[in-house]
Amino acid sequence: MTDSRRKFLLKSFSASSAAWLAANWPAEVAAAEKAQAMGAFTYFTREQAGEVDAMAAQIYPTTDTPGAREAQVVYFIDTALVTFAQDKQNIYAEGLKDLSSRTGGRPLATLSADQQIQILTAMEKTPFFKTVRDHTIMGMFASPQHGGNYKKIGWQQIGYDDSLNFRAPFGAYDKAEGTW
Amino acid sequence: MKKYRPSEEVDFVVIGSGAAGGVMAKQLAQAGFSVVVMEQGAWGAYGHEQDYNKDELINRFPSEEDKLISDPKTQRNTFRRNANEKAVPGGHSYGCVVGGGTVTYGASSWRHLPYEFNEASKFGTMAGTGIADWPVSYEEIEPYYSQAEWEIGISGPNIKTPLIAPMSKPYPCRPLPLKSSGALIQKAAAKLNLTVTPNVAAIITEPYNGRSGCINCGACSGYGCQVKARSSSAVALLPYAVATGNCEIRVHSYVREIAVDGSGRATGVTYFDKANNNQEVFQKAKCVVLSANGTETPRLLLLSKSNRFQQGLANSSGLVGKYLMTGNGGGASGLFADPLNEYKGAVTGAAVLSYVPNDVKNRGFYGGGRMTARGQMSPMQYGLAGPHGAPSWGAGYKKALMEQANRRLTMVNFISQLPVESNMVDLDPDVKDAWGLPAMRITTTSHENDFKAMRFFIDRSVEILKAAGATQVWADEVNDSKGGAHARGTCRIGNDPKSSVANKYHRAHDVPNLFIVDGSSLVTGGRNHPTMTISALAYRCADHLVKAAKQGNVTI
Repeated sequence: MTDSRRKFLLKSFSASSAAWLAANWPAEVAAAEKAQAMGAFTYFTREQAGEVDAMAAQIYPTTDTPGAREAQVVYFIDTALVTFAQDKQNIYAEGLKDLSSRTGGRPLATLSADQQIQILTAMEKTPFFKTVRDHTIMGMFASPQHGGNYKKIGWQQIGYDDSLNFRAPFGAYDKAEGTW
Repeated sequence: MKKYRPSEEVDFVVIGSGAAGGVMAKQLAQAGFSVVVMEQGAWGAYGHEQDYNKDELINRFPSEEDKLISDPKTQRNTFRRNANEKAVPGGHSYGCVVGGGTVTYGASSWRHLPYEFNEASKFGTMAGTGIADWPVSYEEIEPYYSQAEWEIGISGPNIKTPLIAPMSKPYPCRPLPLKSSGALIQKAAAKLNLTVTPNVAAIITEPYNGRSGCINCGACSGYGCQVKARSSSAVALLPYAVATGNCEIRVHSYVREIAVDGSGRATGVTYFDKANNNQEVFQKAKCVVLSANGTETPRLLLLSKSNRFQQGLANSSGLVGKYLMTGNGGGASGLFADPLNEYKGAVTGAAVLSYVPNDVKNRGFYGGGRMTARGQMSPMQYGLAGPHGAPSWGAGYKKALMEQANRRLTMVNFISQLPVESNMVDLDPDVKDAWGLPAMRITTTSHENDFKAMRFFIDRSVEILKAAGATQVWADEVNDSKGGAHARGTCRIGNDPKSSVANKYHRAHDVPNLFIVDGSSLVTGGRNHPTMTISALAYRCADHLVKAAKQGNVTI
């Protein structure tokens, strides 16, 4: 794990939990990462993770190319809620209740795609939906080290080259021209 | 690094370590004076730049120590369009780290043109504005531009045209490479008869002064440079100041007041020492240099009230904080058939210079602008902003996002803005910052003339993108800025103490040992590319200050 990644994970904890995390570092994060590798979650319950995963799969769907599910966005969000987006925990807690009332308590993923889209469209102005939308997109396009963008699926879809040492030509038009 | 005790009376305290503060610290320390630089931000990766983070998520949510830019939740500020409105929480921010805004800026480094120093006498004034001549001519400042360009490290085209200020020396580094933006705009220029050049940038393109050339990583504007190619104050100036053994950079030191004695001379600064529980510390100094930026500089003067200076320090003119110019914009975007990959390399790919000069007769407004072509968007930023003309989520979003990726080019324009007295920085009567001090309040609405200018540049942007062969083009809304890093004009220099805050050598008219040099010094705004002029003014100020101080007379 890089030092910047470590600091990032530490940063948004309150003073007391930061101290706790520092004391338990790196065992705790290693455990969380291992849990993820085994399909377990750090913040969400299995049921919650299922609902968020279903939402993400509608926000950035699997089409003829992979979507949020293949990019493992739900793991990104799971980590987000105990790190930089800690202040969004209540929005998720309240929002998931709201979602459950709209689905009559049935898991979102068990409804037809049309029904899911209808329910989510009715929610799209809520802080919860907007937050999940943004987190899904961040999970698609943030560095894979944060849990989503599995195997750089998101980056590949928008043609993003993450190499830091890059040489001309940049794109199609300067390639044709050469230099200034 | 040399350390001074606060009780020790140093020759100079420099408040701020950015474009101006970096120059002042280096020049004063190299002349043998003792200098303490006060920086409210952290070190950043000063001296270990290879550790600058390139991860977009981490950059968006930096830890306290990794912050490079001020946080409006801490450096709280408020905004209103005019004095009749109640100000609301504002989003103004600025570079806040050793090196200031130069650590993360786009690095455009254009000189002002000669006629931008005497607009009042050359073109006349206009009702409702404070257009005035500078007390410095282009000829006087020209050698300092060259000095700044060569010491800091600037790359640019060496072309002779009336659209570029005449230079006594060429740029030290060759220009940034051609990108697709440049190729496309050149194509448009051939049809529309426009002058297009590479951008002039404080980014070195080849090894220079022991630093490496740009490697086009693309995590540029908003990020620290890991190879030291961006010629920030933190790599191009401050290390030389520190190397003299005369200069201490004191981080996490938030100055809340410039203190004065009974005779009206500055005696030092009071600051909150973050490392020490925000305890107040007083640093004694013979002379104070204020380079805190175009918004914090006037705020600090207004905060420095005393019996002698009840309207704030150096404010007998009542003009401290007035004539704020934050910059405004408006352009257009277009999509092209093939990938541009503009996200690699420096943010600005090309500059259109043809509309820099005034042409009131044909355009119906006073002023001009420098147009730039860019497409740089990092992955998360692109995804969150979303594709043009598409839903914000779902299959339609995804399809458009993939189709438009890397094919968007945007014209971002740097347009003149007129100084208007009612546009200002002052102290919010109700809101406090995280240190309990009155928050900065920004009041600004551009002059009617400038809205015409913005609309003109939006139309030109559409025209250029169409001529370049865009398959789809859309215009921006006019963007009358609410703040940001290009703030200028709030402590204007001038010969008359009634109509300016500091004299032509940046000495405050009211305080003999206080020098004010940064964006706030600019009398008129140029074409909204202020940094090179700030650097040149600082070199000129330092030159004069060193001569005067060596004669034991910093009061000039």
